[in-house]
Formats: sequence, structure tokens, C-alpha cells
Amino acid sequence: MPALKELEEAFFYSKKDKEFQRELRHLQKTYIGRPTPLYFARRLTEHLGGAKIYLKREDLAHTGAHKINNAVGQVLLAKKMGKKRVIAETGAGQHGVATATGAALKGLECGIYMGTEDMKRQALNVFRMRLLGAKVTEVPTGSRTLKDAINEALRDWTTNVRTTHYVLGTVFGPHPFPVMVRDFQSVIGREARRQILDAEGRLPDYLIACVGGGSNAMGLFYEFLKEDNPPTPPFSKGGKEGLLDKDIKMIGVEAGGKGIETGEHAARFAGGSIGVFQGCKSYLLQDDDGNVLGTHSVSAGLDYASIGPEHPFLKDAGRVQYTYATDDEALAAFELLSRLEGIIPALESAHAIAEVVKLAPKLDQDKIIIINLSGRGDKDVQHVAKIKGIEL
Amino acid sequence: MISRITKTFKRLKKEGKKAFIPYVMAGDPSLERTKEIVILFGECGADIVELGVPFSDPLADGPTIQRASERALKNGVTLRKVISHVKDLRQITRIPIVLMTYYNPVFKYGEENFIKDSKDAGVDGVIIPDLPPDEAEDFIKQSRKAVLDSIFLLAPTSTEDRIKKVTKASSGFIYYVSITGITGANLLLDGSMDVLISKIKKYTDKPIAVGFGVSTPMEASAVAGLSDGVIVGSAIVKRLHESPDELKHYLISLREAIK
Ligand SMILES: Cc1ncc(COP(=O)(O)O)c(C=O)c1O
Repeated sequence: MPALKELEEAFFYSKKDKEFQRELRHLQKTYIGRPTPLYFARRLTEHLGGAKIYLKREDLAHTGAHKINNAVGQVLLAKKMGKKRVIAETGAGQHGVATATGAALKGLECGIYMGTEDMKRQALNVFRMRLLGAKVTEVPTGSRTLKDAINEALRDWTTNVRTTHYVLGTVFGPHPFPVMVRDFQSVIGREARRQILDAEGRLPDYLIACVGGGSNAMGLFYEFLKEDNPPTPPFSKGGKEGLLDKDIKMIGVEAGGKGIETGEHAARFAGGSIGVFQGCKSYLLQDDDGNVLGTHSVSAGLDYASIGPEHPFLKDAGRVQYTYATDDEALAAFELLSRLEGIIPALESAHAIAEVVKLAPKLDQDKIIIINLSGRGDKDVQHVAKIKGIEL
Repeated sequence: MISRITKTFKRLKKEGKKAFIPYVMAGDPSLERTKEIVILFGECGADIVELGVPFSDPLADGPTIQRASERALKNGVTLRKVISHVKDLRQITRIPIVLMTYYNPVFKYGEENFIKDSKDAGVDGVIIPDLPPDEAEDFIKQSRKAVLDSIFLLAPTSTEDRIKKVTKASSGFIYYVSITGITGANLLLDGSMDVLISKIKKYTDKPIAVGFGVSTPMEASAVAGLSDGVIVGSAIVKRLHESPDELKHYLISLREAIK
């Protein structure tokens, strides 16, 4: 694909391009609102009675999720490449909103593809995208969710490749997307590492993030995966042996849906096998004939049959552990955080919180956990009300 | 050993003719019906038949073939069943058959087993639109050994470097995708195809067949003038469902146009 080659060249050039980096940093600060806070969740910590819990507040980034970090980066690249139009897939609608926002910011035309199923449960975001001037196209084929929206966006891209850049929303797809999206998201971990050293004078013991395609997780983890970071406190008595990044435990939380045994889930590690899909070799929920299976999650952003290729690599290397939270666990965590902290999390992020609800009480009080609170839950309020049988 | 597809193109060249390559999705609406269609293709003068394998996520296909794929999947048609269907077809026809399948079903099947079973069943060639030659070294090596043609795609946006790779990796013929886009889109005959096909011919004397977007006999005739063969897919699949009575007449008019 010549378009991928062109993109790869533009991306690697932009990394060294001082002007590009200056503009990106400027927009991160003045437009996205970075750095996002690292917040100590005192009441949640007390409630669970174990480890100290910090929230990396990506929900406070402009448009309400981490997706904007990547969207703004790629829209800047699209502009540099001379493209007049950007397109994107979206599940929860957050990436669609972020891309539409970036396009408005830079004066580009914008097309968003979204599965019928997701348009229903994220109706608010559909309206937001249209307000931002994007053309939202419904994808009524296949499972009518994120994977089908990606198919349709890829079809559009092959058709309009000369004028259009495809802003893929997660660390998936063909090279250079996984590397590039990770790079734009890695600002999360860079900030979090500095912030926790400021707040606690030491590194955390756990990093926890939900995993759809895997971009907010890679964004948080990446800075802590670098092996050449110097040791930090707490130092041992000799004063030399500090805590190393490699001692930090990292956990990715997939969507367990209605439970693995029901087959209605999006837990690729628990229920999938290696496959090749949408330009990428990774874990995949598929049948014996290699057809991709339908998935289920209460959260549209995690409702996806495959996972970014770096995650299987980190799993096999034993560096990151993967688990899942069910719909019910995520919904309980959604309400818990709302009531205890006054923060309504995105249903995606609620999966990460659900894992901490299980983990924190088992840990000593001097342990530290950072959760990536990848997005805010306004978009989910209607959907949750409906699940609870409440008419708004 | 030379493949049946290569032989076909050689014969056509000697006769000063171009290949007519109609497409049908296996199992849409049933494998029984597919058998009838393949026989009809032969009767109407097809030189090679392209047989689609249904897949859950047919990325390179437009709405017509997407729906055909969905119908076939609903009927429980799988790659395995399509291969054994070819074995059945071989009882009644010797027309060269090319499978068009996406890569994941092949990956799941196992490349080696796929190549062996396809060859044993009487498949002549394979098109895998989401397998670029750079990722296909093993596949190419093994299919060459089995004399199963591996057919790769070139598009209007392909660079010289790409053209070099694809012409080298392909056997049987080279599939030139007439448009940037998906199957069933509108063909654009603006002279650029001429330029690109001439460019490809600088690198190879392997036959070049053109597909994606060819619909009317007039288009087929124009494309045949520039290439060695014409592939017609969506337009056939559409007629098969919307006006099956006209299918035979349509196929004959395509055959007559491809000279
Ligand atoms: C708030 C939020 N968190 C997480 C995700 C999942 O994506 P990823 O795993 O790439 O971070 C999404 C995707 O839509 C999202 O909107």
C-alpha cells in the first residue's frame, strides 16, 4: 500500500520535525488541556481499604477521552501530507468526536463510520459529531459494531486514498498505525510517571487500563516499559537499589461481556486465538473456519474482535497481565465511582475500575495503583439508564 | 509443469483472443446453484472461473459481494466446503478455477494444508486480496511447488517498486484492479489504465487481467483492448439475484464484447 508508505515516511519525519513537535505540544497544552491531572481517589481508596488509588484523568482532556491525543496528532499529519479530508471509524463515538474536532480545528473535511448498533447506544456522540461538521455514515453490515466500521473506513480509504487520510483510532491495523498511535498516546504515561514521582516520591506498584484496541493502555504503559529509566525511590538501606520500572505490574482489562462461557464477550485473550485481520496479526475472536465472531460488551469502545499486536507481545513476554471484567462488574464500578468520587467514568474505563475493586482490598495500604481513567461517562448515561429500565 | 491457467492464456494469445473471467460467490444462494452457474459460465464461453469464498469481513468488496458473502455464510459455506465443492465440479468440468479468498480463513486452515487440499481438489489458482507479496514468501514458494497459481493485485496507485514485486510474485496472471476502490464501483475509462498497463508490461510478459468495476459489454470491450483478460464480478452477482432470466444473455454479450 503506497498510502501506508507515505504515512510512515510522514510520521517518522514529523518525529524529528521541530516545528511539528512544537505545534503538537502547543495544542496539547492550550487545546486538549494537558497535562491532565493525576488525582488521588481518597474515598475510593478508603472504601476498598487497601492500596492507594490514583486516577489519570484522561476524562478531563478536551472532548472527554484520551482519543483526542491521537486524533489531533494524526490530523496534524494529514494536514502536513496535504490531505483535504480525514475519515475515521468509531465505536463509542469518542474517537469519532475527537477526529471531527481535530478536523474542525484544522479545517479539513471529515467522514465518520459507525455501526448501527453503536449509533443507537451512543446517540449523544452521533449528534456531537454532526454538530462538529462531520458526515456520519451508518454501517449496517456484519455485527454492526466497531469492526464493521473499520471495514467501511478502510473501503473508503482505498477508494479516496489520494485525497484522504484514515485516522485509525487505536493501536491496531497495518504498520505504521500501531506505532504511531502509541506514540501520540504515550504522553499519558510520560505525565503520569512524573506526576506520581511528584505526589508520592516513588513509582507505582500497579498500572491498570481497559483494553479495546489497546491505545489508552499502551499510552499509559509505554513510558514505564522503557528499560533505561533510572531507579527511583524507595531506595533500599544501601541507598542504591531503588524501585525499577520493570518491577511495576501492569494489567490490561478486556470486556468480559455476559461471561466467557456465554460466548458473548470481547475477551480476546481468554476466548480467542491468533489470526490475521484488518492488516494485523494478533489475537482474534474467530470460529474454526477463520470467520470473525460477533462480540458483545456493554461498552461500545471495548466491543471489538481483535486487539493491538503489541499486547500479545507484552503478554507472551510476561510483562503485562490480561484479565477481564463483565458487563455487570463494569456497571457496578460505573456507579461506585460516580457516588464515591463525583466522577462518572466512561463504561470502557469502568472495566479498569472493576478490576481495581477486586485487586485493591488484597493489597497493603502502602501500595500504589494508577488507573487510566480513559474517558468520562456522559455519553453512557442514557444507555445505563435504559439498562436500569429508567426512561429519561 | 505449466499450469492450466498459463496454458489457457497461451492458447488465447495464439488465437488472438482475450480471456473472459466471470466471478460467482460460492454458496450464494446455494452450492447447488453455484454448480449450475459454473456450468453456465462454461457454456457461455468463459475461459476461467473465479470462485468467491465467503468471509465475515470482505474488506475489498462492495455492497453486492458483501451481501452475497453474508448469504453464503448463512448457508454454512466455509473455505473447506468450497474446496470440496471444487472437487465435485471437477467431475463435470475442466474449466480453470481460481479461488478468491481472504487470508484469515487460509491462515486458520494452515497455508500448507490449504495449498495441498486446493490442488488435490482441482483448484488452479488463488487470489488473496489482503495478502501482499511481501508477507507471502512461504505461500508463494509452496504454491509454486504445487503448481497452484498465486495471483497478486496491482492498482492505479501502485508504485514501480510494487509493480516489480507483484509481477515477480504472480503466476498464471496479474490482477489489475481498474480503480482505487472496492468491487462493484464505477469504472473510469480515462486513459490512465492504458498508461499503467503499459508500465506493468515493461516488467513482465505474464498475462494481465483487469477486474473491479467492469459492468457493461462496452466497458468489457474497452478493457479487453488494453489487457489479456476481463474479470466481471458484482455485475454478474447482481443479475443472478435481480434478473436471473437475463443472466445467460448478459454473459453471452460479455463474451462477444471481449475480443
Ligand atoms: C473512553 C474510552 N476508553 C477506552 C476505549 C478503548 O479503546 P483503546 O483500547 O484503544 O483505548 C475507548 C474507545 O472507544 C473509549 O472511548
